[in-house]
Amino acid sequence: MKSCVIVFPGSNCDRDLATALALVTGTPPLMVWHGDTDLPDVDLIGVPGGFSYGDYLRCGAMAARSPIMRSLIDAAERGVHVIGICNGFQVLTEIGLLSGALMRNQNLSFIGKSIDLSIETCQSPFTSAYSEGSTVSFPIAHHDGNYFADEETLDRLEGDGLVAFRYIANPNGSQRDIAGILNPERTVLGLMPHPERVVDPILGKPDGRALFDSLIGALS
Amino acid sequence: MTAAIDETSLADAAEHGLTDDEYALILTILNRPPNRTELGIYSVMWSEHCSYKSSRRWLKTLPTEAPWVIQGPGENAGVVDIGDGLAAVFKMESHNHPSFIEPYQGAATGVGGILRDVFTMGARPIANLNALRFGAPDHPKTRHLVAGVVAGIGGYGNCVGVPTVGGETNFHSAYNGNILVNAMTVGLAKADRIFYSAAAGVGNPVVYVGSKTGRDGIHGATMASAEFSEGSEEKRPTVQVGDPFTEKLLIEACMELMATDAIIAIQDMGAAGLTSSSVEMADKGGCGIELDLDLVPCRETAMTAYEIMLSESQERMLMVLRPGREEIARAIFEKWELDFAVIGRVTDTGHLVLRKDGTVVADLRVAPLVDQAPNYDRPWVKTPEAPEAGANDFPLPDSPENVLKKLLASPDLASKAWIHDQYDSQVMADTVAGPGLAEGGDAAVVRIHGTGRALAMTTDCTPRYCKADPERGGAQAVAEAWRNLIAAGARPLAITDNMNFGNPEKLPIMGQFVGAIEGMRNACEALDFPVVSGNVSLYNETDGEAILPTPAIGGVGVIDDLHRHMTPRLKQSGETLILIGKTRGHVGCSIYLQQLFDLEHHRPPPIELAAERRAGDLVRWLIGRGLVSAVHDLSDGGLYVTLAEMALAGGIGADLEVPADTPIQAWLFGEDQGRYLISTGEPEAALQRAAAMSVPCQLVGRTGGDALTLNGANAISLVELREAHESFLPDLMARTH
Repeated sequence: MKSCVIVFPGSNCDRDLATALALVTGTPPLMVWHGDTDLPDVDLIGVPGGFSYGDYLRCGAMAARSPIMRSLIDAAERGVHVIGICNGFQVLTEIGLLSGALMRNQNLSFIGKSIDLSIETCQSPFTSAYSEGSTVSFPIAHHDGNYFADEETLDRLEGDGLVAFRYIANPNGSQRDIAGILNPERTVLGLMPHPERVVDPILGKPDGRALFDSLIGALS
Repeated sequence: MTAAIDETSLADAAEHGLTDDEYALILTILNRPPNRTELGIYSVMWSEHCSYKSSRRWLKTLPTEAPWVIQGPGENAGVVDIGDGLAAVFKMESHNHPSFIEPYQGAATGVGGILRDVFTMGARPIANLNALRFGAPDHPKTRHLVAGVVAGIGGYGNCVGVPTVGGETNFHSAYNGNILVNAMTVGLAKADRIFYSAAAGVGNPVVYVGSKTGRDGIHGATMASAEFSEGSEEKRPTVQVGDPFTEKLLIEACMELMATDAIIAIQDMGAAGLTSSSVEMADKGGCGIELDLDLVPCRETAMTAYEIMLSESQERMLMVLRPGREEIARAIFEKWELDFAVIGRVTDTGHLVLRKDGTVVADLRVAPLVDQAPNYDRPWVKTPEAPEAGANDFPLPDSPENVLKKLLASPDLASKAWIHDQYDSQVMADTVAGPGLAEGGDAAVVRIHGTGRALAMTTDCTPRYCKADPERGGAQAVAEAWRNLIAAGARPLAITDNMNFGNPEKLPIMGQFVGAIEGMRNACEALDFPVVSGNVSLYNETDGEAILPTPAIGGVGVIDDLHRHMTPRLKQSGETLILIGKTRGHVGCSIYLQQLFDLEHHRPPPIELAAERRAGDLVRWLIGRGLVSAVHDLSDGGLYVTLAEMALAGGIGADLEVPADTPIQAWLFGEDQGRYLISTGEPEAALQRAAAMSVPCQLVGRTGGDALTLNGANAISLVELREAHESFLPDLMARTH
């Protein structure tokens, strides 16, 4: 599986995602600067967490207008897999690859802690190595993770099985406890929690490992 | 010469916080009156904050050397060798006054400033810690200040992407009018790629990078060097405004440039901004610097030389580059969308010469700004000896389990999850033990990226001890930092100190300072734990009321095998609990007396440094051999609180033995120093080793169940203890009146 990670000014989980990908695939991903216009030929594009452009204006809004995004959208439309974590999820909603938006947490505070999630579907290249309905623990670290979409969109997401992860105890006010969603083709995943931080067992229970194992299974 | 343009007077000097004598000395040095810009430069360079004029002679008495120390105090941060060609770079610094005036920005820029001190040295910051002291929980300003400071620390650290992994938070009415925000950063560098601030090479370009200069923060250093009074909020314009996004770009751009050979010297613009950075670089290099202030990137129009030199706008750095490397550097900073400007040259004149609009607006010899800064031998009186409290004098006013519950819910011991849940403690994916993780501990543990080793780090101080007995308090702060690193399985290396005190012109306050230094020196020497960096914050008084003397200590150690790091969490039922170290039953100045009897004036426990070291060496040995499954040092609250913290972390109960020959309150809640509680499945091996190392040791209980009991009775469930422990801070912050 060949992968790359996009780096925006203010990205700060780019190294974490690269480290996790290198650990699981044995090959470090290519790091792609936001100002570039061409993407390398890869199977997976990672849009990392952090504070692209300081989260100024609106989380992910400025990154969504970076030069690289045209190529990223083209690649996604060709079926290249994309994962957006935290700020990356916000960016993917801003460019319209995923539905809905991430609003400020209901308690108006940044929340940084480990949290339990249920695996809502295993029918995706990102989650096939999990067992459906099982509980995993990933860290969250965000100020704007309160997932919002209109009722019709939410019904469609649920009806089509596109909700990938749900909070067991909703920390941020997200509609229907949604923590992560897929696009209709199931080739794009966005999620607020950080699976890439829980891949190495020395850092805690490695619940994030199966996400990357799923991708290797699907894309190698 | 332009000195006559706007000649200054004694009255101007007083307005700048300079004394009559100090102004007279400036006249002697210059042989003329300084102009307003020059006076501004002198006033900040000679401020308490920049010159350490009340503390310098005492700081010099602290031990600063060890074979592993690469750089001690005097640079932007301390540097210690951690093996494998790597170095840990760290420092703690206060941002007290700004945080009281404007808590969010004050705390945020405190974090930003200390990060810059560390990455200026060529180190990538890998962790932040914060030592916070707030006023009484029920003081009308406390909740506002807690909320603002915590949001500010999180707002900056989370965005920059450096994990906030530890620290401490105390509440005490002595901080009602003057909170303490001490921020510490730990960074990692190659031991042979440390960057320093000494300018060199006549004609070499002096380069300004980072944010533009605005009118914010002018006179911040001077403000930090004076007492507060009612109406201090009016000083809000002297508080800087932080931009963590720019800081993140600045870190990445500096790291990229530091990988080339372009940099000769680099210095961040912290307190006193362009003034202190240019003066320090010239002074350390024994050279001169000429700056053309028209070339300084400014955020606002028509800024004067005075404003440009005294601005404390954040996220700026000054560098001296190798000739011909300007374009390499410019390309990197432009890539990161940061300002880059060649604003001057290194000279051999020994002068700082500033030009604006084509004329010289200041011309000062550099050396006297530093060398002739006042160095006061302030008079002081020794703190009177506090009365001893007898072990039998204060019997339990309630059942032991109820007292335990009360202590666990008390402000200093209650869970601080409300605070650290607002911090990203795991970004960079190397945090092994930290407050937001299942594996919290006495010290945070952060992996050295890409290796099987880790750094352990902690901040410690018990201010009520320091008030009652500054010498014991100073020694205890150092010893507790050392103990916390030991308990995490680390080899303690060195400390940074953040000395927060009241007005040094008052004899008893200066006496507290001298006493604390004395205690710290003894502990540092006995434990081979030198001071490598630090910061002094004086005049922490409001309307004449001083804070508790607070020498906050930041300690760093190294763990050579990450799989051998240790935490307090009880992991196994049916294990034996062993208390390491001597218990005499010292209740004086304990949290028990503070919370149950409203007393904290008694003498704090003695620090027996030789015994401290032996106990620590034993614990390290036990951890290194894998003979223990949990370790926690004993501090505030004593044995029973320590056990409760271990039990709550692991969700496993325990039974504690209560000996017949010690008063129960002294056994459970006494705060004798140099002690650890360990949980082990191999008690015989542990006891044997303890005997061989002459460390007092006793079996005190067994793990198991879901409650704490004493000799099998007085059961209190972990559920009930957890509720008490975890509700204090959320309840306080949710109050609406």
